[in-house]
Amino acid sequence: MVPQPGLPHRYSLALPSLTLIVAKMGSKSEFETGLQALFTRVFGQGHSLATFKRLSGGASQETWALAGSGKSTILRRAPGGGSEARSSAAIGLPAEAKLIQAAAKAGVPVPDVFHVLDDKDGIGDGFLMSHVLGETIARPILRNHEFETARSILSGHCGLALSAIHSIPTQALPPELQVSDGLSQIEKYETIYRAFNAPRPVFELTLQWLKANAPAPRLNVLVHGDFRLGNLMVDETGLVAVLDWELAHLGDPREDIAWLCVNSWRFGQSQNRVGGFGQLDDLLTAYNQHTGSAITAGEIDWWEMLGSLKWGIMCMIMYEAFRSGADASVERAAIGRRVSETEIDLINLLEIAHA
Amino acid sequence: MHDQPSVAELVQAVKNFIDETAGPNLTGHATFHARVASNVLSTVLRDLEQRPQSEPAERARLLDLLGDEADQSTAALNETLSARIKAGEMTPETPGLLSHLKATTIAQVEIDQPRYSGLKTAKS
Repeated sequence: MVPQPGLPHRYSLALPSLTLIVAKMGSKSEFETGLQALFTRVFGQGHSLATFKRLSGGASQETWALAGSGKSTILRRAPGGGSEARSSAAIGLPAEAKLIQAAAKAGVPVPDVFHVLDDKDGIGDGFLMSHVLGETIARPILRNHEFETARSILSGHCGLALSAIHSIPTQALPPELQVSDGLSQIEKYETIYRAFNAPRPVFELTLQWLKANAPAPRLNVLVHGDFRLGNLMVDETGLVAVLDWELAHLGDPREDIAWLCVNSWRFGQSQNRVGGFGQLDDLLTAYNQHTGSAITAGEIDWWEMLGSLKWGIMCMIMYEAFRSGADASVERAAIGRRVSETEIDLINLLEIAHA
Repeated sequence: MHDQPSVAELVQAVKNFIDETAGPNLTGHATFHARVASNVLSTVLRDLEQRPQSEPAERARLLDLLGDEADQSTAALNETLSARIKAGEMTPETPGLLSHLKATTIAQVEIDQPRYSGLKTAKS
């Protein structure tokens, strides 16, 4: 839940000019008073808030660690206490809370969401969850000795967690969830890409190739939407929690598996297709065994290419925030020079497909 | 016109200032932004050094690939290329297309992110 150097923790999926979020709860003391009242209301009389610390920065959802009187909890809250979803694809925090609770029931490792903020709390949209201990930052997970055992079993854990997510009955899920399959995602990202009027022949070739080679869709399931290191809490025993459900939607199960395989999310460890730590066969074996499906590694290729293209266009969106003047930061300018990373990944994938 | 210090030397001087003086005196998120700023200046230095060779090479390949379009700018050539791909006139099977795009993208990533893992894969 901590921003990662060089890679923004969270990105807006809509054009930045459309997603200006106005802080509705500007006063810090008002927020502090609200937090203290909330802490006592939730944990009971005699429990008072001693410390609160912001864990994530930037435009992402705010994450706060609250502690006092021997209790600790994590608050996930809309930026500045706002109440609208940050992008057209995000589902909003009350729906996210319901999803995490549904995932817990299905056996997915998630934090325990035990309080959803309401008007009475007076600090905007958000929820309280248990403080799960572990590491979310990719670099130590992929390199540190203490995670060596975890790395060797993490692909299986991810396969198991995804099989549980994809098996959650969709009828009972929040109505905010959008249906978004492969072809509709291509259409959406192509529209955004064309609006920039900055032709990139590699993206053009990828768009045409993906459309010409689209696989038959699989049945819609609950898709996490951002299942990768950074959003997975890991300790030395393996996967302990799946976080950040705000991009969840109904769609193709292969999207989640392939997103974890996108080279950008291997954080330099390209030889390990799954997240930079493992092999796809291990993930698929666990996944297929528990879902009864028969997804093959070859089926993941198309979705991995779509994932790289999506991430490349997301980088263009973030650079657009600089170009348009909405965000003058050096970080937003610099991300425009990461688009070419996804172009080289796409070239590598197109070469394999046409070898 | 004078070239002492050169543009590259001036950029290097600012990078030195960020790395050795400004950066260490910053705290919190500003430290991260200083690192990003320093990396950006490295990109600028690579761009100054490499673009004069890689852009004409790209242009020569584009002219080769597209036929008689010699009066067009490189940006216009890339627009033409994109339009032909979009129209389905050029596909991954088109002789020379993938190898041109690969050479161009390798040159771009050499400037933008020379340590990116996908670059190593492409060159192997």
